Amino acid sequence: MSLAISHLTKIFGTQRAVDDVSFSIQPGEIVGFLGPNGAGKSTTMKVATGFLPPSEGEVKVGGFDVVEDPLAVKKIIGYLPEHNPLYLEMYVREYLHFAGRLSGVSGSKLKSRADEMIELCGLTKEQGKKIESLSKGYRQRVGLAQALLHDPQILILDEPTSGLDPNQILEIRKVIKEISRNKTVLFSSHIMQEVQALCDRVVIINKGKIVADDLLAHLLKADHTSALIVEFSGEVESERMKQIPGVDDVLELGARRYKVIPVKGIDVRNEVFKFAAQQNISLMEMKVEEGSMESIFRELTEKGQ
Amino acid sequence: MIQVFAKEFNGFLNSLIAYIVIAVFLVGIGLLIWVFPETSVLDYGYADLDTLFSLGPYVFVFLIPAITMKSFAEERKIGTLELLLTKPLTDWDVVIGKFLASFLLMIVAILPTIVYYISIFQLGEPVGNIDTPGVIGSYIGLILLGGVFCAVGVFASSVTNNQIVSFVLAAFLCITFYSGFDALSTLASTGTLALRIKQFGILYHYESLSRGLIDSRDLIYFFSVAGILIVGTKTVLSSRQW
Repeated sequence: MSLAISHLTKIFGTQRAVDDVSFSIQPGEIVGFLGPNGAGKSTTMKVATGFLPPSEGEVKVGGFDVVEDPLAVKKIIGYLPEHNPLYLEMYVREYLHFAGRLSGVSGSKLKSRADEMIELCGLTKEQGKKIESLSKGYRQRVGLAQALLHDPQILILDEPTSGLDPNQILEIRKVIKEISRNKTVLFSSHIMQEVQALCDRVVIINKGKIVADDLLAHLLKADHTSALIVEFSGEVESERMKQIPGVDDVLELGARRYKVIPVKGIDVRNEVFKFAAQQNISLMEMKVEEGSMESIFRELTEKGQ
Repeated sequence: MIQVFAKEFNGFLNSLIAYIVIAVFLVGIGLLIWVFPETSVLDYGYADLDTLFSLGPYVFVFLIPAITMKSFAEERKIGTLELLLTKPLTDWDVVIGKFLASFLLMIVAILPTIVYYISIFQLGEPVGNIDTPGVIGSYIGLILLGGVFCAVGVFASSVTNNQIVSFVLAAFLCITFYSGFDALSTLASTGTLALRIKQFGILYHYESLSRGLIDSRDLIYFFSVAGILIVGTKTVLSSRQW
């Protein structure tokens, strides 16, 4: 099932928390939703799950409109809200059963699904404990198990790994990867490696507006700050390298390695090669430095600040 | 709706709330009816349960807001309301489920007082010399009044995320609905105006029921006040202004 958001605007008082946002997610796709704090990620997710009504625009989940048919939407969505609210006084299993019954799972199906989720999320030892006695990482697993229990076709996860230690992040990531094979997933995150590890496509939002919506591979390649890393067989003065046509700046990285930053949009590989030939030294290595998710994120979201 | 109701009611039973409410109500009313000479049936000498029905509402003014104060305020504060409202439930399911859970707890607290009725029935001279229709009417009145108080409490809980505010607001609204209009009517210049004002209050209809005459107008009064408050709660919940 797909998720389609078109021209969504959400206004709180005078503030446009989400401003004319449109994107859609095809079945089976995992999309990372990125943006600085307060960019409108959570608000968009809250509208998509039918919790908040949109001010303008529409959201269709699996073909159902969130305003006109909220119950149908809520049945097929698994949602992990930000901060992962839980009923702390409940036991883990009790809570999962409650969440399952609310989503319309009952009887022996409920029990077997709860067992599966407890197993999948690594809660076997904790299933008989009260949620209030669990650590943050285990609470997050309970939240995830709750979101997955009714086998939803669409998953909306709002910062599923926030506040976890690196091991827990890896484990939660593994769970998401595992269950997301044939589901539609939208998840938000601050952690760039996570986005790179989990998804093929990212949507970046800043101040309520979408600033990028592309495949990760395209975004990384399209990074126009991309520089060359070169290594020569002999010493070269970086001042002379700056004379190469199309080269903006040269940084020394250490033992005969340099970072060549070209003038925007110019491919200087050929010129660098010729330069080496003129200097009568060999070119040991030359590669295009791929843009990192961090630099793209910073560039896209710091504009206009 | 059933799931929300069951969760709420289990929540009462699994915490101390239910037991404290029931114990406080029964001990308080028990002391008033049997022990304290001012209000004791034994000293009074007449076989009736008036003490229960005249003082019960004042106990409810404090107990019912205590039951209902966390229903929405707490869920909103810790964020679990978002969880409930993103499950396939309507806002009505949530509101009615929560209302019915507190209503049932209130009834459970009242039920044991039937023992008091049986005792007084036996103590009468001759045995059974008690106005049974009046008692039945009063019980119906007390339950309906409790229902209105529950609706007030759930409403007060829905407008804030602070339980103390919710409690104080609910207690204030309960006492206003119960005897506030009666007090106000004493300021009225004419008798008819005073009556009109009185009819807005719970006390007028509660007393009318306690005479043992089940008048549909009184029933309609209770149902509409509770209904308006429940609709109000649902409206607040649906506005999502928090």
